[in-house]
Amino acid sequence: MTHTGLEFAGFESADTVSARLASVGYISTASISTAVYLAHHLRKPILIEGPAGVGKTDLARSLSQSMEFPLLRMQCYEGLDESKALYEWKYGKQLLYTQILKEKIHHLIGDADGLDESFKKLAGFQDLFFSREFLEPRPLLKAMEQAGGSVLLIDEIDKSDEEFEALLLEVLSDYQVTVPEIGTIEAIVPPLVILTSNNTRELGDALKRRCLHLHIDFPNADLEARIVRSRVPDISERLLAQLVAFIQLVRDENIRKLPSISETIDWAKTLLLLHADSLDPVMVRNTLNVILKRQTDIAEVNSQVDQLVRKVLSEQAEPA
Amino acid sequence: MERTLTNYIRALRTAGAGVSTTEAIDAVRALELVGYQDRGLLKMSLAAVLAKSQEEEVLHDRLFDLYFSHAETKPPRQTQQQSDNQDDSDSASDGSDSDSEGEESNGQPSNGQKQPGSGQGGGSGQDKSGEAGEDAPLDLLELAQSGDATRMAMAMAQAGARADVDQIRFATQVPYFVRRMLEELGAEKLDKQLMAALDERTAEGTARAEALIEARSTLMRNARAYVEARFEVFGRSASEAFMNEVMMDRSLGALTKSDMERMKPIIAKMAKKLAAKHARRRKVRNRGQLDLRRTLRANAGNDGVPFDVIWKTKRKDKPKIVTVCDVSGSVARYVRFLLLVLYALREKVTDLETFCFSSHLVDVNHDLESLPFDAAMDKILREVGNGSTDYGRAFTDLSRQYDSTIDKRTTVLILGDGRNNNGDPAMGIFQDIAAKAKRVIWLCPEHPASWGSGDSALLQYKPFCSSLTHCSTVADLEHALDDVLLAYG
Repeated sequence: MTHTGLEFAGFESADTVSARLASVGYISTASISTAVYLAHHLRKPILIEGPAGVGKTDLARSLSQSMEFPLLRMQCYEGLDESKALYEWKYGKQLLYTQILKEKIHHLIGDADGLDESFKKLAGFQDLFFSREFLEPRPLLKAMEQAGGSVLLIDEIDKSDEEFEALLLEVLSDYQVTVPEIGTIEAIVPPLVILTSNNTRELGDALKRRCLHLHIDFPNADLEARIVRSRVPDISERLLAQLVAFIQLVRDENIRKLPSISETIDWAKTLLLLHADSLDPVMVRNTLNVILKRQTDIAEVNSQVDQLVRKVLSEQAEPA
Repeated sequence: MERTLTNYIRALRTAGAGVSTTEAIDAVRALELVGYQDRGLLKMSLAAVLAKSQEEEVLHDRLFDLYFSHAETKPPRQTQQQSDNQDDSDSASDGSDSDSEGEESNGQPSNGQKQPGSGQGGGSGQDKSGEAGEDAPLDLLELAQSGDATRMAMAMAQAGARADVDQIRFATQVPYFVRRMLEELGAEKLDKQLMAALDERTAEGTARAEALIEARSTLMRNARAYVEARFEVFGRSASEAFMNEVMMDRSLGALTKSDMERMKPIIAKMAKKLAAKHARRRKVRNRGQLDLRRTLRANAGNDGVPFDVIWKTKRKDKPKIVTVCDVSGSVARYVRFLLLVLYALREKVTDLETFCFSSHLVDVNHDLESLPFDAAMDKILREVGNGSTDYGRAFTDLSRQYDSTIDKRTTVLILGDGRNNNGDPAMGIFQDIAAKAKRVIWLCPEHPASWGSGDSALLQYKPFCSSLTHCSTVADLEHALDDVLLAYG
């Protein structure tokens, strides 16, 4: 993580965001950079929505890399609760502590007579049992504790239960966590929070209100080519243009699971391995399972491979 | 500066985007950060702050262009003094030095540019400086002849603010607001001058009159353009929302082809609302009953000391719906809408089986799932729709061939008018189905007054249905489906 060599000093403009992200290989769009820029200055979380595989999670990772902040990731799932997200008490350690207490208690109250006096004496000691020492921080609390700043990624928030959203509100709006036994723990440096959602369910208004909204869609051909080029630098321009054009056509077909950028990249790597320098129908057919993940989709596209490849090749030939 | 933004937010709200106060505050902060200089940046920034879903983003895209394109023709404030000091005998040039005070109060020219609200600011400033002469009117003739688009736009914005053009809701209000604007501009005076010029009955007078007429029509044209632009921003979406409301209560049977297209987004929205309403977790805690096995398991790490106590939970049923639709002539249109809603609810109701019948029952799940909705519907109507309706046969088929689809979790949703062509209603079989299913809900597009009349067997079926409701509008459909989903907690 020493690629930039510069201490991160904040984003001065949306263009700085783009440049920073580009330096770690993330090709950003203007709207992505703007959202990050605003989030950074307004201290608001970003809620990213969009189809799977368009680089939502990757944005968080790249941001943490480019800002040189640690990335704290919390994967959401059904049944996720505060003991997994916020904090947990270290039960084992607490147990041990009680054991020790049991043995040492005679020393402590040895000379006191009567119950009242013993209690008074005990009250003089701190309540160690519920203190920071026995607190096991989970990602959200951990993010509050990062002195140098951090990027907090709350991944696939739509997978969690609605109750969990309510739990997040305090963290998202005030950057603090309240532990009843201890009090409120405020963030040393507010983390840059990124939430992602695949829209499997509608998120609550309270959550949405606290976030900036960013929708990332499938990229256009030009952007997709740039992304693939940055990830698979060895690919020839000819093949790159063809395969991106092909993917763009496939996305217009009547299929269930559209190929995403990650699939385009995988496909580019596959074709590179096979020493292809141009698309041909046979090779496309054989590697279709890289970009399509459903049997029905493969069957659907398979029947049209010839036609699609011809279309791509003729389009490529024209401008040349 | 905030004025422009608050007006824009108001426009967004009228268009149906739920912009809360927090978001409005964020928008102001974002604006302070990015400024008005870079239009694209401003647009994206406001999108990130104000639009909280894809639909709202589309809305924002459209409105932003409308709203701020108008704003862009606005000059740096320029002209407070014009409107303040210039009365009709004065020329524009000598009003300028007497007004340093007004200029300052108008403030920051660098920020003031490109904002339509500056017109309003000018307007209010004018009220305050009332002692300069009550609401001194512009020299309209001079203004119209000068061909100075900037000054014209300025005057229009001020008059528009005073005439409350932003309150416009319907296209039919355009002429009214144009008139109000002309009044606010002081066109009356122009008219008087015109009359006077005509009364002179000299060649010079006629020439002046012609110039005045020309000026008046220029003003009119500009006012009209202004009002129409404001209607695009504030009125169109409001009147569209109104139309949609009307649509909700229109009988589905009476909808035209173009109405159908309009219905689709409405239905999608309604389905979303229903899904959101019923999205609550269907887990109910059975308080007081310890789940011993899971408690032990969870606390194994604590030497079996039960720090974490786990209670037993009850899971509520997931909705399971079997829809049986009569697709014979009269009911077919309603079927289209019911299925449209049900399939829009697919996310929520994963367990959905659809059967259609006229003379015999056909399983149409495959068509609906593999084809685009309209194509599937056309195919179904073509293949199933032309037989004489036989409810008895349909229920018999359902219970014989698709017996396994109905169990105690299933809601059977029947859409039909119950007109059985005097055939055998197969009451015994219907009774069996009703006994087996969780609920049987019958939706009838006919008005209750005609239930049971003629060949309708509806009243015979009625005692075995959990509910039998009249369902002819989208609002009815919404209620009915709400009811279906409610049973699943």
